[in-house]
Amino acid sequence: MTKSEWRMNDETTMTKAWATVRRLVDFREFMIILIILAAAGIMSVSSPDFATPDNLSVLLLAVSTQAIVAIGMTVLLVSGGFDLSVGSVVGLAGAVTALCMVQGVPVPTGASAEYPFVQFEWIAVHPAAAIAAGLAVGALVGLANGFIIARIGINPFITTLAMMWIARGALEVITRGTNVYGLPDSFKCIGQGKFCAVQFPILISLVLIVIGDILLRKSRFFRQNYYIGGNEKAAALSGINVGRMKIFNYALTGFLAAVAGIVMTARFGSASVTMGTGLELQVISAVIIGGASLQGGEGTVLGSFLGCILMALIVTSLNLLGVDIYWQRLIIGATLLAAVMIDTIGKKRKGIL
Amino acid sequence: MPPDYVLEARDITKTFPGVRALDGVHLELARGEVHALVGENGAGKTTLMHVLGGIFRPDSGTILLEGRAVRFRSAHDAARAGIGVVFQELSLVENLSVAENIFANRQAVRMGDFVDSGRLHAETLELLKRFSLDISPSLPLKHLPPSQRQVIEILKAISQRPKVLILDEPTSSLTALDMQLLFRNMDQLKAEGTSFIYISHHLPEIFQVADRVTVLRDGRYVDTVRASEATEASLIKLMVGRDLANIYGERRSSVGEEYFRVDGAAATGFNDVTFSLGRGEILGVAGLVGAGRTELARGLVGLEPMRAGTVTLDGRRLAIRSPADAIGQRVAYLTEDRKDQGLFLRMTVRENMIAPSLRAFAGRLGLMDEGRIDAHAESGRRRFGIVTPSIRQQVRNLSGGNQQKVLVAMWMGIRPRVLIVDEPTRGVDVGARSEIYALLRELAATGVGIVMISSDLLEILGLSDRVLVMRGGRIAGEYTRAQATEEKVIACASGVGQECCATE
Repeated sequence: MTKSEWRMNDETTMTKAWATVRRLVDFREFMIILIILAAAGIMSVSSPDFATPDNLSVLLLAVSTQAIVAIGMTVLLVSGGFDLSVGSVVGLAGAVTALCMVQGVPVPTGASAEYPFVQFEWIAVHPAAAIAAGLAVGALVGLANGFIIARIGINPFITTLAMMWIARGALEVITRGTNVYGLPDSFKCIGQGKFCAVQFPILISLVLIVIGDILLRKSRFFRQNYYIGGNEKAAALSGINVGRMKIFNYALTGFLAAVAGIVMTARFGSASVTMGTGLELQVISAVIIGGASLQGGEGTVLGSFLGCILMALIVTSLNLLGVDIYWQRLIIGATLLAAVMIDTIGKKRKGIL
Repeated sequence: MPPDYVLEARDITKTFPGVRALDGVHLELARGEVHALVGENGAGKTTLMHVLGGIFRPDSGTILLEGRAVRFRSAHDAARAGIGVVFQELSLVENLSVAENIFANRQAVRMGDFVDSGRLHAETLELLKRFSLDISPSLPLKHLPPSQRQVIEILKAISQRPKVLILDEPTSSLTALDMQLLFRNMDQLKAEGTSFIYISHHLPEIFQVADRVTVLRDGRYVDTVRASEATEASLIKLMVGRDLANIYGERRSSVGEEYFRVDGAAATGFNDVTFSLGRGEILGVAGLVGAGRTELARGLVGLEPMRAGTVTLDGRRLAIRSPADAIGQRVAYLTEDRKDQGLFLRMTVRENMIAPSLRAFAGRLGLMDEGRIDAHAESGRRRFGIVTPSIRQQVRNLSGGNQQKVLVAMWMGIRPRVLIVDEPTRGVDVGARSEIYALLRELAATGVGIVMISSDLLEILGLSDRVLVMRGGRIAGEYTRAQATEEKVIACASGVGQECCATE
């Protein structure tokens, strides 16, 4: 609706004012904000339950974990890679953290005369140490991805697809397929606490997004990713250490997935075996709606965040409007396709000009 | 001459949004003629070729093939009618064999739809002989160097026995030897009645092969002249619309003392390479493609590990193990393959210009200083005469010459002490070429030594203070500017004649 109006106008009028508007329209984030505002406007008129603080905070809460993962995914897509293992890492890191606190870690107690093997005692650890363990697992999985992709030279799709199975499998092995309950309150507070009426997960994700956006947009270190995604060979010739950057990116993505997994575990108060299933594709979809491309060289953290919001907004709206739940995936798929097609068609036109 | 035109284009107009690429252009191609099409980048040569080859449909105008009006709906259509095109951008598939590439989708089949590999092999061998290529038809294309790929591309077009063969910059990555083989083949095909439209930036080539020359400028037809009645200067004047003085320029200062030295360097592709470079000297490196010149450059800047040898600059031994080290020592390398390895085509001019010197634009906290980047890019645009509507334009939208200037600007940003340029004017039109030569001269005048690898002999002879010739990964000869002649360098590069290897 709004989009076709824009299009018609910029074809018929080409005055200076329009040139300015056009530049704004070219700014991908601006388009998404417009769509989000339009959708939100329509929703607040048509459903009294939409513009309530409760509903909005539920929406943001739902987005928060996805958005944290999306930061790493954006960096990866910008550099021309991507990661299918993030959903499994979310689950694995949550479970590792939960198990460390509930079941504890095995500590050798030494061998005795009647039992000559080393024995272990399970000792529950402090939440902070448990979190550190969860984060380390995420970063290690990412490091493994990066090393295999950059140094051994296996394609990111295959590598992270395999890692998706491996991490999910590891999660099932350590939990024996059952959920982990009984987490300490001091830990649950990370996911359930509030600061000035805003839940911690929302705060954590917003802080990370702002930092991530500034770094990817402005810092020399992260900007190298646009060059790598733009032309890997030229980046290498320009003195960028492509291999090292790739390894770092995957490790960062794994780490951020672990952050999301831990926050999610704290929010639900338990670690579940299926946590994070399918998240990788949701996040990649949101990042692409937000302006990144699988070709690399494009994308911003802000755009990806807006992409996450747009997707969640569609789901919430459909729920509130009473649309049958079975339609939701279909509509999200159509949105992804529409976003990419509009972008591609726009670029083709400009390419001719 | 009776007007036995095999192909006639009349009053062809083609517009793209905002650009009139062709404006009432006409062209008459006689049977058995080589008709050169010249003009600067953007003159409309490539568009005209696309129209004749069925890729674009003209807005107006007619095309007559053997006197009958034709309308091609696709390249396939045109090819079936007998118009073959050899594109500048190669249309080959890396993973398929030489034979499968040449006979793409036209392989001989038997028993229904099974490829007759015996016949495919034999037919390919027959074709390869035309260029004395001693390679197996079943070799995957990816193992061939660019020059041989170009030959395969030409063979692919020839194998379809077209009535008209359009060649777009066929020699841009050919060696001097392959070029002569191409011309010989063209003569042979001409005798058999094939006509050629030959597009090239290299005027000497045109005088060697063309019967007539049509000049385009800014999408308009300028003139058609007999090659035997034209001179290089008269063609350039028609192309640019003004006189252009000696495009190579003149040396304005003398070569300074030796300050850069490579001793016994060896790596994959070259062996025992020793040479020195004086301040402000332009050292031409000639040789056939595959002689190890590009490998040498890549080794010097740390892209490929060196097995042996030392590199000294200003009396200090350098240890360059990566491009980052080379940049740190301010040794710049401008790759021969600007699209694939040099530039970031989908990024803007300003982003490209700072690529090797990002660190210089990072301020406090490692954040990039946008204002300084803009200022740097604007001054680079002015200094290097880059024609672009804005420094925020994507580099892929620039012409070849301007892209090359962006590449130059990008590496000037590290204020090089030594500059290694590899095929600095490949696919660049006359106007931009003379600007690039002037830039190299200017840089040399400030005391920077330049190693210039080039397959364009006239460029080597016109610009160099000294010429090195490489063959088989070794330095095969060295000539001063006064000693060097085209014949000597070619003989030395291909290893024929006694004179070769006469090192000063």
